[in-house]
Amino acid sequence: MDIDVSTGRPSAPILRVAGLSKSFFGVPVLQDAALELFPGEVHGLVGENGAGKSTLMKILAGVYERDAGTIEIDGRPVSFTHPVQARRAGLSTVFQEFNLLPERSVAQNIFLGREPRRGLLVNRREMNDATAELLAELGITDIRPTATLASLSVAQQQIVEIAKAVSYDARIISMDEPTAALAGAEVELLYGIIDRLKERGTSILYVSHRLREIFDLCDTVTVLKDGRVVASAPAREFDDASLVRAMVGRPISAYFPDPSPGTAAGIPLLELSGCGNHQLDGVGLTLRAGEIVGVAGLQGSGRTELVEAVFGAAPFTRGSMTLGGRAYNPGSPRDAIRHRVALITEDRKAQGLSLNQSIIDNALSVVRSVHPGRTGAARRDAPNVFSSLEVVARDLDQEVQYLSGGNQQKVVLAKWLAIDPQVVLLDEPTRGIDVGAKVAVYTLMRRLAQEGKAILMVSSELPEVLGMSDRVLVMRDGRLAGELPAGATEEQVLQLATGARGVHS
Amino acid sequence: MSVATGRSAVLEQNRSPRGERVLRALRTPSGAIFVLVAVLFVAVLAANPSFGEPGSLIRFIGRTAPIAIAAIGQYFVIVSGEFDLSMGSVVTAQVIIAGNLIGQDEARALPVLALMLVFGAFVGLVNGLVTTLLRVPSFIVTLGTMLALLGLVLYWTGGAATGNPADSFRQIGRGGIRDVPVLEIIPYPVLILAAVAAGAFWLMRRPYGRTLVAVGDNAQAAALTGAPVWWIRTRAFMLSSLAATVAGIILVGYAGVHPSVGRGYEFTAITAVVLGGVVLGGGRGWVLSAAAGAFALELLFTLLNFVGVQSTWRDSVQGAIIILAVGAAAQNWQRRRRTAASPTHDPNRPIEAPRPTPGTTEGGT
Repeated sequence: MDIDVSTGRPSAPILRVAGLSKSFFGVPVLQDAALELFPGEVHGLVGENGAGKSTLMKILAGVYERDAGTIEIDGRPVSFTHPVQARRAGLSTVFQEFNLLPERSVAQNIFLGREPRRGLLVNRREMNDATAELLAELGITDIRPTATLASLSVAQQQIVEIAKAVSYDARIISMDEPTAALAGAEVELLYGIIDRLKERGTSILYVSHRLREIFDLCDTVTVLKDGRVVASAPAREFDDASLVRAMVGRPISAYFPDPSPGTAAGIPLLELSGCGNHQLDGVGLTLRAGEIVGVAGLQGSGRTELVEAVFGAAPFTRGSMTLGGRAYNPGSPRDAIRHRVALITEDRKAQGLSLNQSIIDNALSVVRSVHPGRTGAARRDAPNVFSSLEVVARDLDQEVQYLSGGNQQKVVLAKWLAIDPQVVLLDEPTRGIDVGAKVAVYTLMRRLAQEGKAILMVSSELPEVLGMSDRVLVMRDGRLAGELPAGATEEQVLQLATGARGVHS
Repeated sequence: MSVATGRSAVLEQNRSPRGERVLRALRTPSGAIFVLVAVLFVAVLAANPSFGEPGSLIRFIGRTAPIAIAAIGQYFVIVSGEFDLSMGSVVTAQVIIAGNLIGQDEARALPVLALMLVFGAFVGLVNGLVTTLLRVPSFIVTLGTMLALLGLVLYWTGGAATGNPADSFRQIGRGGIRDVPVLEIIPYPVLILAAVAAGAFWLMRRPYGRTLVAVGDNAQAAALTGAPVWWIRTRAFMLSSLAATVAGIILVGYAGVHPSVGRGYEFTAITAVVLGGVVLGGGRGWVLSAAAGAFALELLFTLLNFVGVQSTWRDSVQGAIIILAVGAAAQNWQRRRRTAASPTHDPNRPIEAPRPTPGTTEGGT
């Protein structure tokens, strides 16, 4: 193998993409894209939503066909028209959505469609042994090959998905936001697996919105913007600011905007004491007007359950809540909305939007459901709301399924702004959206705080929680494990979240 | 920023130009049905030019009215993500009620009419509540209602034609405004259909209608926006049964009173709705397209009749249409799904150089 003296790495790329272009309806989404992936390299692919990352990955995976350009694996030009061809060529893709069967075992999932046989029957033992071996190679000890998928945590399912990709003897694995569903400690697990894969000489194409992961994991970073490669260099040549600038094409003065002038925590608006249900227990907290309170915790620690209970979607069965000094016991989201409480849900597509409906129909949905008499006023307001949020779309009649994640999230925000909420609950408000849209969400949160709304934000992204919150509540096992002031460190949050150093629970 | 969404910009203008919107609408399944109706109409005219005479045309519309009204009722249920199989039995039951309770006593016409409407609403209420609160699939619930009502009707009538309502009541279905220039007569069913269609169109633009479609699209999201999903769906079932009641009132007029009146109406209505591009499972399609679907269906049967196909083929044709329409919708749907990231996936398409589209701004938003 040739070694390039200057970089100290193999000089022959395992994957070389050049001049790759793709248009949809005459609209170019990828133009003249190029990248080189070397054996054992982790190559970060970043860019805003709609920058062309997914299109590039799907072309490599054989889901889309390219319009122009070349793809070479080991110097040989390849052309995939079907995902199976890509896998045979040694290129596996881990998509954001899991392609796993929940009621089948881990081994059955991994060997789906190519089960080892003995005569006419599936050789279960061989299949399970091979799976155990595969998992062991990746350093995974806590997943049994016979366990049902549904019994695993989201993180473990993600690992199964990756193990499945590896099992195709993949020399190149491309991963689309593999950590989107993972929390802190689980991300570490993924890091470990990626290290193992690197040691084996597997190359990884890594798409993520989380800058920290890019810097932690990647050797090289390629930045896409508007379908073109705008930068490609070793990761060490970037820092946060320069990477963000390359992605958005303009400097972002402050990633987390400062509180708007005149914002001050006022009277207590929402108070919980001794609240619990079948998933939560003994939750007490005070949320003041003009305050942004972050909620951190591991996946499954009860963060989502907390905001759902306050929103009446899965109400508390114990304890008491007051809103603006009066008893508040929402039995349904409808009750909560009548009290001007809003919930921006975690899963935008499944819970936040009616994907086949238009932008305007989605934006008016809350008002129409709960205050139909105010529909006219909300409709007249809508254009202002959309332009203040900078929603990018064809027109108000466009179906929201065709919008990018960031714009979809802005539509979700617009529908809640229409009821002028006094308490705003946000669950993972920036999941899967691009940097520009994230900043728009943060700016809106600051503005709402300035207007005297109380904001409770659940997030798995610690920099976000710490960057935006006046206080941080940390949850563990359905309880509040503790509270940290602004300026706390990620380590402090993690200690509380994981229960390290004997914090009471 | 979002190159994939096409000609995009920060939302400022509310709407695209009207002409563009109409063209776009005609390319959706729910818009294409109007084109299909026009094509079928021309085909029928070619087979039998006298069909185009105003008098015969207005009678055709009157004949189709009960089916179109039933389709409008079925639309509400289907767009909310459910089914109403009990429709045909409701029609039958209402026809029998009218025939037996009104009899030749003109004075009883109005009270019985009121009773029929209450009965219709009640059947819908039961269908809706059992479906939404007991969480029984509507397919099963309304199948049960269908059989229960049918059994009741057969028990009551012994399976034979019974009763004959007063002539004034039958006039609703068979009468009309006479001595109209050009048309000779405007049948009442045409007016009733116009009123029902206008009402349905209006309702679908109201908060209730928009929420109904949102529930069909994503019930969980609708519930989290504060929509009382159970009550919204239940009202859709009530609208469906009421539409069946109206269809029944018209049918008493020109079909008479017999336990076979209304048989198969639920499937005809579902076929019309599906043909109107309304997606089974909910969340997509327009109410007037459902009515247009009924006209397309009747025009097709008329055409087949003129070219000498026996009417006994009706059920088979209808079955084939359901399968084809749903299949076509699924195809279309998949294509649109790919559009989501974006469209046109034709391997045979020649490679063309990317060309910037007018309005696509380079270098960011």
